[in-house]
Amino acid sequence: MTPLLSVRALRKSYGALRVTDDVSLDVAAGELHAVIGPNGAGKTTLIHQLSGSLRSDSGTVHLAGEDITALPMVARVRRGLARSFQITSILDGFSVLENVALAVQARSGSSFRFFRPAATETRLNAEAMDALGRVGLADRAARRAGSLSHGEKRQLELAVALATKARLLLLDEPLAGTGPEESAILVGLMRELKSTHTIVLIEHDMEAVFALADRMSVLVYGRVIASGAPAAVRSDPAVRAAYLGEEEAA
Amino acid sequence: MSTLVARMAAAPPRRRAILPGAALAGLALAALAALPVAADAAGLPFLVVIATRMMIFGLAALSLDLVLGYGAMVSFGHAAFIGLGAYAVGILDAHGIRDLAVQAPVAALVCALFALVTGAISLRTRGVYFIMITLAFGQMAYFFMVSLAAYGGDDGLPLAGRSTLFGMRLIEGDPALFYAVLAVLAVALLGLRRVVASRFGRVLRGSRDNAVRMQAIGVSPLPYRLTAYVIAGAIAGLAGVLLANQAEFVSPAYMSWQRSGELIVMVVLGGMGTLIGPVMGAAALIALEEVLAHYSDHWRLGLGLMLVAVVLLSRGGLAGLAAKLGRRA
Ligand SMILES: Nc1ncnc2c1ncn2[C@@H]1O[C@H](COP(=O)(O)OP(=O)(O)OP(=O)(O)O)[C@@H](O)[C@H]1O
Ligand SMILES: [Mg+2]
Repeated sequence: MTPLLSVRALRKSYGALRVTDDVSLDVAAGELHAVIGPNGAGKTTLIHQLSGSLRSDSGTVHLAGEDITALPMVARVRRGLARSFQITSILDGFSVLENVALAVQARSGSSFRFFRPAATETRLNAEAMDALGRVGLADRAARRAGSLSHGEKRQLELAVALATKARLLLLDEPLAGTGPEESAILVGLMRELKSTHTIVLIEHDMEAVFALADRMSVLVYGRVIASGAPAAVRSDPAVRAAYLGEEEAA
Repeated sequence: MSTLVARMAAAPPRRRAILPGAALAGLALAALAALPVAADAAGLPFLVVIATRMMIFGLAALSLDLVLGYGAMVSFGHAAFIGLGAYAVGILDAHGIRDLAVQAPVAALVCALFALVTGAISLRTRGVYFIMITLAFGQMAYFFMVSLAAYGGDDGLPLAGRSTLFGMRLIEGDPALFYAVLAVLAVALLGLRRVVASRFGRVLRGSRDNAVRMQAIGVSPLPYRLTAYVIAGAIAGLAGVLLANQAEFVSPAYMSWQRSGELIVMVVLGGMGTLIGPVMGAAALIALEEVLAHYSDHWRLGLGLMLVAVVLLSRGGLAGLAAKLGRRA
């Protein structure tokens, strides 16, 4: 079976700095693939390249067998790829519901409609409420998105990604900056999303990673130094030396 | 369930006033409708002329708000559309075509085309570059008209008279023109209110707040921004049609960069992204012009101080200030 996401020999350099260095990985449908690595390893850059917000120098990206290497972000989203951002990116001035309803609107029908009030389109709102329900934000629907707590904003980002009806979610440190309670909620949420979505998860929180990942890759200086089942990766000497060792020593 | 959802979405966290908006609008409309009669009774017919001018620029500022307030596109060439609309009337008039049924669509179409072409180019840039490039296009239109000797060039072009509508001389008198402008303004205001709340308006607002977020949900902002730019251009063109009729004269001065700057001031002074605010801003600016210019040639200094005060007191401009006072009362 072809993997849902297939990355081959991807590269990206900033001047002399190789940020993505010959990265190849496959993510099977239904799998949660974690990418870990120290700060500055190139994880966010990789997400940018996969989502299409950054052009790669060379290499290919296939989604469900289709070569999407040359497609811009908007076209990739239409093919079922959604991402979240390391630094929360929502529409602060919109209501929580409208943030999600806009994502529903983006994939259902034309947005060149000028007279009917969008806020009363019950179908958009109902689908948005579904997504909010899944992330546990239904009771916040009418709130201004900017007034949510940090953890709730993270949940909202997930709801927006869900509302695009993506098959593949690229999540860039969804736990960044969250407290233990918020973190537990989000981990529970991702465990649930796993059952319906293929996920590439970038995360520093090792506990979360080992709790969630089916497979994982370790990125150091832009290179994948190990890839495979979590248990195998965990005991890989190179990984212990380069990354996990530091963690335990700290 | 679904009605609850609809209601929650329809009640975004927005400012609330003591009087419902519809009642306020009705009151304002009634007061305005009575103005020509009252001005006539008081022996101050020039008030009607000034009020008409306020509404014409209010219409232009309103259209700029779609671009500036809802689209975050700081267009510094918006007066060009007023000028083009006015010249559509002037040039057609010079060829004996004096009916609004032809003039208005031609003006709107010319402006929409100009907006489409210049917008498609300008919108490749953002920020300061967008300001500069729209300014440049505005100046190009200005100098084109200045050099158009056949239609008066620098001296401008007098009309043979006010336009007719389906052959009828409906806006001959100043009160009649006043009512016509009031009607156009009211329709534009109500229309744009719907537009900014529509699917299109939602995408436009979302792109203003966070363009990357829009791309991440699969929406490229450019076509929506361009469409807003075209709609705004066409409406400003209609303001030009009305301005030409009021003055019975068209001149390149209508499209000077200072005029474009004043339109921005009207929008900011009135309150960006509020629609009604820029109309109030236009009225305030023209009132100041009339009053202050009476006392001093340096009236713009007073205007500058006013602008600083309003912006500091309320980021929402006059509209924001009014809402604040309304809540306190
Ligand atoms: N636009 C850019 N220009 C130059 N260098 C960049 C640019 N973007 C990222 N880098 C560099 O590329 C490297 C990888 O950055 P990236 O953000 O992908 O790391 P990361 O693995 O996501 O780190 P973190 O764990 O801190 O989020 C860093 O050294 C960074 O300084
Ligand atoms: Mg990162």
